[in-house]
Amino acid sequence: MALLEVRNLNVQFKTLDGVVTAVNGLSFDLERGQTLGIVGESGSGKSQTVLAMMGLLASNGSATGQALLEGQDLLRLPPKALNSIRGNRVAMIFQDPMTSLNPYLTVERQMTEVLELHKGMTRRQARVRAVQALDAVKIPDAARRLAMYPHEFSGGMRQRVMIAMALLCEPDVLIADEPTTALDVTVQAQILALLRELQREHGTAIVMITHDLGVVAGLCDQVMVLYGGRVMEQASAESIFYQPTHPYTVGLLGALPRIGNDNPSLLAIPGAPPDMARLPSGCPFNERCQWREPQCVSQRPALTALPEKPDVWRACHKSAAQIQPLKPSPAP
Amino acid sequence: MTDRTPLLSVRDLQVHFKVASDSPWPWAKPQLLKAVDGLSFDVFPGETLGIVGESGCGKSTLARAMLNLIPVTAGSIIWQGQEMRGAGAPEWHALRKSVQMIFQDPLACLDPRMTVGQIIAQPLHTHLPQLPAQEVMQRVRAMMQKVGLTTQQINRYPHEFSGGQCQRIGIARALVLEPKLVICDEPVSALDVSIQAQIINLLMALQAQMGLALVFIAHDLAVVRHISQRVMVMYLGRAMELASKQALYLAPQHPYTQALLSAIPSPDPRRERHKKLQLLQGELPSPIHPPSGCIFRTRCPQAIAACAEQKPEIRSLSSGAQVACDLI
Repeated sequence: MALLEVRNLNVQFKTLDGVVTAVNGLSFDLERGQTLGIVGESGSGKSQTVLAMMGLLASNGSATGQALLEGQDLLRLPPKALNSIRGNRVAMIFQDPMTSLNPYLTVERQMTEVLELHKGMTRRQARVRAVQALDAVKIPDAARRLAMYPHEFSGGMRQRVMIAMALLCEPDVLIADEPTTALDVTVQAQILALLRELQREHGTAIVMITHDLGVVAGLCDQVMVLYGGRVMEQASAESIFYQPTHPYTVGLLGALPRIGNDNPSLLAIPGAPPDMARLPSGCPFNERCQWREPQCVSQRPALTALPEKPDVWRACHKSAAQIQPLKPSPAP
Repeated sequence: MTDRTPLLSVRDLQVHFKVASDSPWPWAKPQLLKAVDGLSFDVFPGETLGIVGESGCGKSTLARAMLNLIPVTAGSIIWQGQEMRGAGAPEWHALRKSVQMIFQDPLACLDPRMTVGQIIAQPLHTHLPQLPAQEVMQRVRAMMQKVGLTTQQINRYPHEFSGGQCQRIGIARALVLEPKLVICDEPVSALDVSIQAQIINLLMALQAQMGLALVFIAHDLAVVRHISQRVMVMYLGRAMELASKQALYLAPQHPYTQALLSAIPSPDPRRERHKKLQLLQGELPSPIHPPSGCIFRTRCPQAIAACAEQKPEIRSLSSGAQVACDLI
């Protein structure tokens, strides 16, 4: 049994446009010490997937399926039991550290609260532990900075505080929702190095949500590519980057400007990401796909494993051999 | 790049802001924030100059100062041989006919109460008021098609468009006057990867078609590399390195450029896992209290005691690259 098993997760929202399905039939396994990357463009359902697992969906949202943490279904736990797991065994880092820290409380109060609640520590014990945690994420002069408010920290430092806070209880699973998107590249490199180091030391499993394929390449073992709330391709990082088998994965990789590549024009994917309330029939990607056939519009491809490589899952009517890397075409 | 007389020359440009002092006393002198501190560079016809740097390094201030949208403290801006410093409003008005700007947030820079047609026609009304209405509409339609919009969309409002399409409207508005130079301030950083590639391709195609020069400001080094011929790296309001794209990305000279390049994660798992990271320590110092001497010395892995003494001037190396570091 894997540490975290997600089975057929669906997330739906009741909106004025009717019921919108943000995540559709998503499944994955996560082992201790492993990192899963969830990649997709805005609106592909990557954040809603983890918010559903944490019981943090907006009031008009509901989730079905299973999210088993060592056999315990997070989606069906009563709030009290869920509270004993959240922040304790499963912790989360958010994209914007300023809006997810409480501006009215010192960092000390926010950090000790976690330990008093989950570990039953006294304030004094919790304070010692909090200083250690800030030291571990390499915040200089941790004891003094503990008394500061979030606005007194820079963006990179705030993200470090978030990470320190998430790791206070040494969680089994760390969920990071675009943790470096708001940061500069040099600070991003520091934070990613820190996450790798902490994972090595504690064996934490990480779910990394990002739109940046470069971040995925450096950190993730498994990668899931989402589009329109569905999994397009799910495989090891090596396979995704070196032998992509789905047109959308191929498109994403081609659209990326690279340091070591001198193609005169980028391989843009035509069109725009879909409106989730009005998904096209059949394959959600069909309107933008250059391999489209009539079958792609009439029938949705199922997510199936490749016969020759059983750990590569893809949802496409075309065979993997038919999906060739794109060739540059003149710009529109 | 055949014509080597610069379109625009910037010499020792300084933009300083007065900010309230930390001191509790109301009579304390305001402090000086040097957002841009002594930049010099040329932009040649038809070329793309990329400007990169982290947040707070003064890239956007520079873009605005080049069009006199914020007051310049010192230095000169020379447009086709004409000194613009001290020029009055009529001269700047005339200049903006040939120099246009594309902004970062595609939706925020479009007036929500104007239709797409009105937005794109606005520069024509401002700069060519004698143009007959029919001719204006014709140019607007032609421009819309050039940027990949359909002419049926002419009466729609900005909120009806996606981010990528809004950026196309912004580009159409900037190009409808057929300017010689377009300043792009982070034009793709708010867009998804697949849309970002569309907009970059569009900009490059239009540049070739219309012979535009671009100043392309971005924080993403891979994007800048893709579109630029020459690149300037900024740090805390100063230029660290200015070189051709090939030289800058293959053999970066300045320690800051080297660190920036090594920090970009590349979409290549094998390379990423075996990469030797040259991590910069710490973060950007406050621009109000910049370090003495070389402003990069507090984070520089190669800094020596002498770096704190003297501010390194930017100088040309034999390779043609310009570097502001005394250790090279």
